[in-house]
Amino acid sequence: MAADEIAEMIRAAIPDAEVEITDLAGDGDHYAARVVAESFRGLSRVAQQRAVYAALGGRMGGVLHALQLTTAVPN
Amino acid sequence: MTDAVQQRIADIVTGNDVVLFMKGTPLFPQCGFSSRAVAILEHLGVAFESVDVLQDQGVRQGIKAFSDWPTIPQLYVKGEFVGGSDIMMEMYEAGELQQLMADQGVASAN
Repeated sequence: MAADEIAEMIRAAIPDAEVEITDLAGDGDHYAARVVAESFRGLSRVAQQRAVYAALGGRMGGVLHALQLTTAVPN
Repeated sequence: MTDAVQQRIADIVTGNDVVLFMKGTPLFPQCGFSSRAVAILEHLGVAFESVDVLQDQGVRQGIKAFSDWPTIPQLYVKGEFVGGSDIMMEMYEAGELQQLMADQGVASAN
Protein backbone atom coordinates (compact mmCIF):
# COMPACT_ATOMS: atom_id res chain seq x y z
CA MET A 1 0.00 0.00 0.00
CA ALA A 2 1.42 3.40 -0.98
CA ALA A 3 1.98 6.12 1.61
CA ASP A 4 -0.17 8.59 -0.37
CA GLU A 5 -3.03 6.16 -0.43
CA ILE A 6 -2.91 5.75 3.37
CA ALA A 7 -2.84 9.51 3.91
CA GLU A 8 -5.72 10.07 1.46
CA MET A 9 -7.94 7.51 3.14
CA ILE A 10 -7.35 9.06 6.55
CA ARG A 11 -8.01 12.59 5.28
CA ALA A 12 -11.15 11.47 3.48
CA ALA A 13 -12.63 10.14 6.72
CA ILE A 14 -11.18 12.74 9.09
CA PRO A 15 -11.22 15.98 7.05
CA ASP A 16 -9.48 18.12 9.67
CA ALA A 17 -6.61 15.66 10.06
CA GLU A 18 -3.03 16.55 9.42
CA VAL A 19 -1.40 13.33 8.32
CA GLU A 20 2.28 12.61 8.20
CA ILE A 21 3.42 9.24 6.85
CA THR A 22 6.95 7.94 7.19
CA ASP A 23 8.14 4.91 5.26
CA LEU A 24 10.21 3.34 8.05
CA ALA A 25 12.10 0.76 6.09
CA GLY A 26 11.87 2.25 2.61
CA ASP A 27 10.12 -0.90 1.46
CA GLY A 28 6.58 0.41 1.06
CA ASP A 29 5.45 -1.94 3.79
CA HIS A 30 6.47 -0.55 7.16
CA TYR A 31 4.99 2.84 7.91
CA ALA A 32 4.61 5.24 10.76
CA ALA A 33 1.63 7.59 10.67
CA ARG A 34 1.11 10.63 12.81
CA VAL A 35 -2.42 11.98 12.71
CA VAL A 36 -3.26 15.28 14.36
CA ALA A 37 -6.88 16.42 14.38
CA GLU A 38 -8.94 18.91 16.34
CA SER A 39 -11.84 16.47 16.13
CA PHE A 40 -9.83 14.08 18.35
CA ARG A 41 -10.19 16.47 21.27
CA GLY A 42 -11.91 14.84 24.21
CA LEU A 43 -11.48 11.34 22.79
CA SER A 44 -9.39 8.68 24.52
CA ARG A 45 -6.28 7.38 22.76
CA VAL A 46 -8.14 4.18 21.97
CA ALA A 47 -11.03 6.14 20.43
CA GLN A 48 -8.62 8.30 18.39
CA GLN A 49 -6.85 5.27 16.99
CA ARG A 50 -10.14 3.51 16.31
CA ALA A 51 -11.16 6.51 14.19
CA VAL A 52 -8.00 6.14 12.10
CA TYR A 53 -8.45 2.38 11.80
CA ALA A 54 -12.04 2.96 10.68
CA ALA A 55 -10.76 5.41 8.06
CA LEU A 56 -8.53 2.66 6.70
CA GLY A 57 -11.60 0.50 6.24
CA GLY A 58 -10.43 -2.88 7.44
CA ARG A 59 -7.00 -2.74 5.81
CA MET A 60 -5.35 -2.43 9.19
CA GLY A 61 -4.23 -5.82 10.38
CA GLY A 62 -4.69 -7.04 6.82
CA VAL A 63 -2.70 -5.58 3.93
CA LEU A 64 -1.45 -2.96 6.34
CA HIS A 65 0.39 -4.95 8.95
CA ALA A 66 3.13 -2.63 10.01
CA LEU A 67 1.67 0.78 10.68
CA GLN A 68 2.95 2.49 13.77
CA LEU A 69 0.28 4.98 14.72
CA THR A 70 0.43 8.14 16.78
CA THR A 71 -2.59 10.37 17.26
CA ALA A 72 -2.84 13.77 18.88
CA VAL A 73 -4.83 16.98 19.07
CA PRO A 74 -3.23 20.21 17.83
CA ASN A 75 -1.36 22.24 20.43
CA MET B 1 -16.91 -16.07 15.31
CA THR B 2 -18.12 -18.52 17.87
CA ASP B 3 -19.48 -17.54 21.22
CA ALA B 4 -17.23 -20.18 22.74
CA VAL B 5 -14.14 -18.29 21.60
CA GLN B 6 -15.51 -14.98 22.87
CA GLN B 7 -16.31 -16.61 26.19
CA ARG B 8 -12.82 -18.10 26.41
CA ILE B 9 -11.26 -14.70 25.72
CA ALA B 10 -13.52 -13.09 28.33
CA ASP B 11 -12.44 -15.70 30.86
CA ILE B 12 -8.75 -15.05 30.16
CA VAL B 13 -9.18 -11.29 30.37
CA THR B 14 -11.15 -11.34 33.59
CA GLY B 15 -9.09 -14.12 35.16
CA ASN B 16 -5.76 -12.28 34.97
CA ASP B 17 -4.87 -8.79 36.18
CA VAL B 18 -2.62 -8.05 33.21
CA VAL B 19 -2.91 -9.95 29.93
CA LEU B 20 -1.03 -9.38 26.70
CA PHE B 21 -2.37 -11.02 23.55
CA MET B 22 0.69 -11.22 21.32
CA LYS B 23 2.38 -12.99 18.44
CA GLY B 24 4.89 -15.39 19.92
CA THR B 25 5.97 -15.55 23.54
CA PRO B 26 7.68 -12.99 25.80
CA LEU B 27 10.92 -14.91 25.29
CA PHE B 28 10.46 -15.28 21.54
CA PRO B 29 8.18 -12.55 20.19
CA GLN B 30 7.32 -13.09 16.51
CA CYS B 31 6.59 -9.48 15.63
CA GLY B 32 8.23 -6.14 16.36
CA PHE B 33 5.08 -4.66 17.85
CA SER B 34 4.62 -7.59 20.22
CA SER B 35 8.29 -7.40 21.15
CA ARG B 36 7.91 -3.74 22.04
CA ALA B 37 4.82 -4.43 24.15
CA VAL B 38 6.67 -7.11 26.12
CA ALA B 39 9.65 -4.80 26.63
CA ILE B 40 7.41 -2.12 28.09
CA LEU B 41 5.72 -4.52 30.52
CA GLU B 42 9.05 -5.98 31.57
CA HIS B 43 10.42 -2.51 32.09
CA LEU B 44 7.45 -1.70 34.31
CA GLY B 45 8.19 -4.86 36.24
CA VAL B 46 4.58 -6.02 36.40
CA ALA B 47 3.53 -9.64 36.40
CA PHE B 48 1.58 -10.45 33.26
CA GLU B 49 0.00 -13.36 31.46
CA SER B 50 0.61 -13.68 27.74
CA VAL B 51 -1.43 -15.42 25.08
CA ASP B 52 0.26 -16.42 21.83
CA VAL B 53 -2.39 -15.87 19.17
CA LEU B 54 -0.27 -17.70 16.60
CA GLN B 55 -1.10 -20.90 18.47
CA ASP B 56 -4.84 -20.40 18.12
CA GLN B 57 -6.50 -19.05 14.97
CA GLY B 58 -9.82 -18.72 16.79
CA VAL B 59 -8.34 -16.43 19.40
CA ARG B 60 -6.27 -14.61 16.77
CA GLN B 61 -9.44 -13.51 14.95
CA GLY B 62 -11.71 -13.50 17.98
CA ILE B 63 -9.63 -11.04 19.97
CA LYS B 64 -10.07 -8.44 17.23
CA ALA B 65 -13.85 -8.67 17.50
CA PHE B 66 -13.70 -8.84 21.28
CA SER B 67 -12.08 -5.43 21.58
CA ASP B 68 -13.15 -3.94 18.23
CA TRP B 69 -9.44 -3.46 17.59
CA PRO B 70 -7.83 -4.72 14.37
CA THR B 71 -4.28 -5.39 15.49
CA ILE B 72 -2.18 -7.46 17.87
CA PRO B 73 -0.65 -7.01 20.46
CA GLN B 74 -3.47 -6.00 22.77
CA LEU B 75 -3.09 -5.19 26.45
CA TYR B 76 -5.80 -5.72 29.05
CA VAL B 77 -5.60 -4.60 32.66
CA LYS B 78 -8.21 -5.77 35.17
CA GLY B 79 -10.52 -6.80 32.37
CA GLU B 80 -10.30 -3.50 30.49
CA PHE B 81 -8.79 -3.07 27.04
CA VAL B 82 -5.94 -0.56 27.32
CA GLY B 83 -4.61 -0.44 23.76
CA GLY B 84 -2.03 -1.72 21.33
CA SER B 85 1.73 -1.22 21.40
CA ASP B 86 1.64 2.38 20.14
CA ILE B 87 -0.76 3.40 22.89
CA MET B 88 1.29 1.45 25.43
CA MET B 89 4.39 3.36 24.35
CA GLU B 90 2.64 6.73 24.47
CA MET B 91 1.22 5.97 27.90
CA TYR B 92 4.54 4.69 29.14
CA GLU B 93 6.37 7.81 27.99
CA ALA B 94 3.74 9.98 29.66
CA GLY B 95 3.98 7.99 32.89
CA GLU B 96 0.34 6.98 32.50
CA LEU B 97 0.91 3.25 32.19
CA GLN B 98 2.85 3.19 35.46
CA GLN B 99 0.01 5.18 37.04
CA LEU B 100 -2.63 2.82 35.67
CA MET B 101 -0.83 -0.22 37.08
CA ALA B 102 -0.44 1.50 40.45
CA ASP B 103 -4.08 2.65 40.51
CA GLN B 104 -5.25 -0.85 39.65
CA GLY B 105 -3.04 -2.37 42.33
CA VAL B 106 -1.24 -4.64 39.88
CA ALA B 107 1.41 -6.84 41.44
CA SER B 108 5.04 -6.53 40.45
CA ALA B 109 6.79 -9.43 38.73
CA ASN B 110 9.05 -10.34 41.64
